[in-house]
Amino acid sequence: MTTTTLWVTVLVASLACYALKLGGHLVPRSWLAAERVSRITTLVTVALLVSLVVVQGFADGSALTVDARVPALAVAALALALRAPFILVVVLAAATAAGLRALGWG
Amino acid sequence: MNVLPSDPAARAAVRQGVSVSVATGLYGISFGALSVAAGVGLGPTMALSLLMFSGGSQFALIGVIGAAGTPVAAIATATLLGLRNTLYGAVVSPLLQVRGWRRLAAAHVTIDESTAVAVAQPEPAASRIGFWVTGVGVFVLWNAFVLLGALAGDALGDPRAWGLDAAAAAAFLALVWPRLAPRRAQLVAGLAVVATAALIPFVPPGIPVLAAAAVAVVVGLVTPNAPNAPDAPDAVDPAEKESVR
Repeated sequence: MTTTTLWVTVLVASLACYALKLGGHLVPRSWLAAERVSRITTLVTVALLVSLVVVQGFADGSALTVDARVPALAVAALALALRAPFILVVVLAAATAAGLRALGWG
Repeated sequence: MNVLPSDPAARAAVRQGVSVSVATGLYGISFGALSVAAGVGLGPTMALSLLMFSGGSQFALIGVIGAAGTPVAAIATATLLGLRNTLYGAVVSPLLQVRGWRRLAAAHVTIDESTAVAVAQPEPAASRIGFWVTGVGVFVLWNAFVLLGALAGDALGDPRAWGLDAAAAAAFLALVWPRLAPRRAQLVAGLAVVATAALIPFVPPGIPVLAAAAVAVVVGLVTPNAPNAPDAPDAVDPAEKESVR
């Protein structure tokens, strides 16, 4: 890929990605105000967040793996069940994964 | 700290936004190093990070370029992965209520993390704070660390060694946790886990998240609305939903 082609690729793709983001913001509010739509939006939020947990916790490229992230998520879930504050949950998860990897696992 | 707002919900939103920004921003090191290694020079690497600013799309684009793919394939892959940001925009736009240049700026920082923090807040004011702190925080730190990664390469080490991948997963878990009380939310969460896990091996990154969202739309359409049911809070406007707890 020549330098010019590379730049054109980068700029066109960036423009397309921005247009997609802006398109969502420009959806008329009246479309979203309907009771059924707001109910679906709430469920979509749950699905998106749960899906991000699975992707971020179990995906390694296109493979599903069990590594140090899984015990870290278990520690995070326990901390959440004990009503630990957000930052503590995140730090405990990072420390668990980092600790296990320092010991040579995951 | 006197820079924090006095309202507890707003303070919590700021704290969440900052922790998510740091964990996500540090990942920029990986992108910067990988992008330069894939043959994308420093200039285009920084242009991607500043202008595209969507991690999944950025990694996909340099992946196709690094594998000697065509420009059309690179653009198509990055765009497909950016499709979920349209959904995010539609979800956060009613919470933000901004116009003009602020709307253009809000669109640019509409990503996984800013949306996740915004929608997890108990009230609209905290949602707005969470969105902007996370969006701008990730933007600044992500680009700073992409530059560092592109310049220093692998000398800085792997963010995984610091457990930052687990920190990001835990952040998303913490954000969804308080939303899992209604039975219908639990059903959707279970289906989202199955759909995501089933698709990860077969489709490009970013698509499983869209599929999970599609499952939620179907559940929302087929389950009847019952205002007196135990899960009635999720029939309330999403911006006000958490405040009923």
